Amino acid sequence: MKGLRLIVTLGGLIVLWQVVVWLSGAPPYLLPGPVETLSILVTRAGFIAGHAWVTLAEILIGLTLGTALGIASAVVIALFRPARRWLLPILVTSQAIPVFAIAPLLVLWLGYGMASKVGMATLIIYFPVASSFLDGLRRTDPRWIDLAHTMTGGAKARPLAVLRYVRIPAAMPALASGLRVAAAVAPIGAVVGEWVGSGAGLGYLMLQANARVQIDLMFAALITLATLAVGLYFTVDFVLRRIIHWQPDTLPHTDS
Amino acid sequence: MTIQRARGDSGTPSDVVIDRLSLAFDEALLFEQFSAVFPCGQTSCLLGPSGIGKSTLLRAMAGLVRLKAGVVRDGMGHSLTGRIAYMDQSDLLLPWLTARENVGLGRRLRGAPHDAAGADRLLARVGLAGHEDKRPAALSGGMRQRVALARMLMEDRPIVLMDEPFSAVDALTRFRLQDLACEVLAGRTVVLVTHDPQEALRLGNRIFVMTGPPAQLDESPVPQGTTPRAPSGGDFPERYQDLMTRLGVGEPVTSP
Repeated sequence: MKGLRLIVTLGGLIVLWQVVVWLSGAPPYLLPGPVETLSILVTRAGFIAGHAWVTLAEILIGLTLGTALGIASAVVIALFRPARRWLLPILVTSQAIPVFAIAPLLVLWLGYGMASKVGMATLIIYFPVASSFLDGLRRTDPRWIDLAHTMTGGAKARPLAVLRYVRIPAAMPALASGLRVAAAVAPIGAVVGEWVGSGAGLGYLMLQANARVQIDLMFAALITLATLAVGLYFTVDFVLRRIIHWQPDTLPHTDS
Repeated sequence: MTIQRARGDSGTPSDVVIDRLSLAFDEALLFEQFSAVFPCGQTSCLLGPSGIGKSTLLRAMAGLVRLKAGVVRDGMGHSLTGRIAYMDQSDLLLPWLTARENVGLGRRLRGAPHDAAGADRLLARVGLAGHEDKRPAALSGGMRQRVALARMLMEDRPIVLMDEPFSAVDALTRFRLQDLACEVLAGRTVVLVTHDPQEALRLGNRIFVMTGPPAQLDESPVPQGTTPRAPSGGDFPERYQDLMTRLGVGEPVTSP
């Protein structure tokens, strides 16, 4: 049922695309149709896949690093009172600086290779993960904490165990929200990095194709990127749902 | 003389002595030089109007609130830390753990090895054999409260503090849970806060009515017979009337 819906949606979009091409009468070098784009996707599959692989690697490494850093920051801030005072402003500032503005700097510092794009993706992922997880850690039901304290013998006893067995699992749904946002914005980080300066990746490919008026190739790269991004989101969502299956979904049930 | 506590021993039951306790909550002075003794190995029931500080007193005994002055000790003047089990009106089961894991939460938090057999035995004792692997969401309210009871038994503490433990379940379930609690908590020093006069009369070896602020305890006679008492037998109806009068219900309204 879900698969069918996906196919119908995709099919509908492609038909709409073709209709727009026909109605507007745009020349193929401005707006290629689905058929041209698909043929480019097939004939240059290896070439596009090579660039897609670079972008995917940047996104995945960035996602891993950003998530790890975000989780670590949230835990440190939740555990240590001084950290709250010193790290929290930094956390907020990290988001106040637009990633687009520091992209050139990152390329300057980390080079044209993968490192600067991973850095971009990491930066863009860090904030949603850290802030949502911290929010979750802060909002543990105080009665659970009280219960844990009567079990351990006082509020000072075994704070790490309380964190591990009560606070962190309780914060998992909040972390999951952050991770979903992170999965959705991670490709932006990587592609912006590639635009600013790079020698590979889908962002690079799109710039090059655009400059050479190979619009069909650009569309193929765009579609590949969109597929990557959507696939990444649904994978992350699927895994998260598996992990926190205990959380009730209170939205009304659909007939799927 | 020091009393050696063997491993697995439930600990020596003991009086709970509250000595000149002062405590404010939200600027309101709830307790001022408040003293009370809850006798060893007996169930003391605590009744009184809402907001009078019954729950606060329980939390003070459990070491969950800061005292302005005064101490809570056992009959020998020792601290109660680590000898108290606490049960709230909501079951406080962790939704991501199975019934068995919830029962074993205290051991987990203290870093003790998991005792699945022990947890299963206690779950069987509260009538939940066969439900060990279910998560709280799959259990009814009464069953969840039974798991909470098993979790408290697993803690095996000589002093048990219960805050309206059965108020969230239907009357029939409550009746059964009272019987069960009475059976499994025998020999422990129990302080039970309740809104339900009948519950107090069924379970209490002693019944105290709290008035104030500042809080004062007023003892009300209990019906004859051993707990859990049948609500119709002996002098139960008369004691019920006594208690209702003491709670301010059934008194003639005097006009000024």
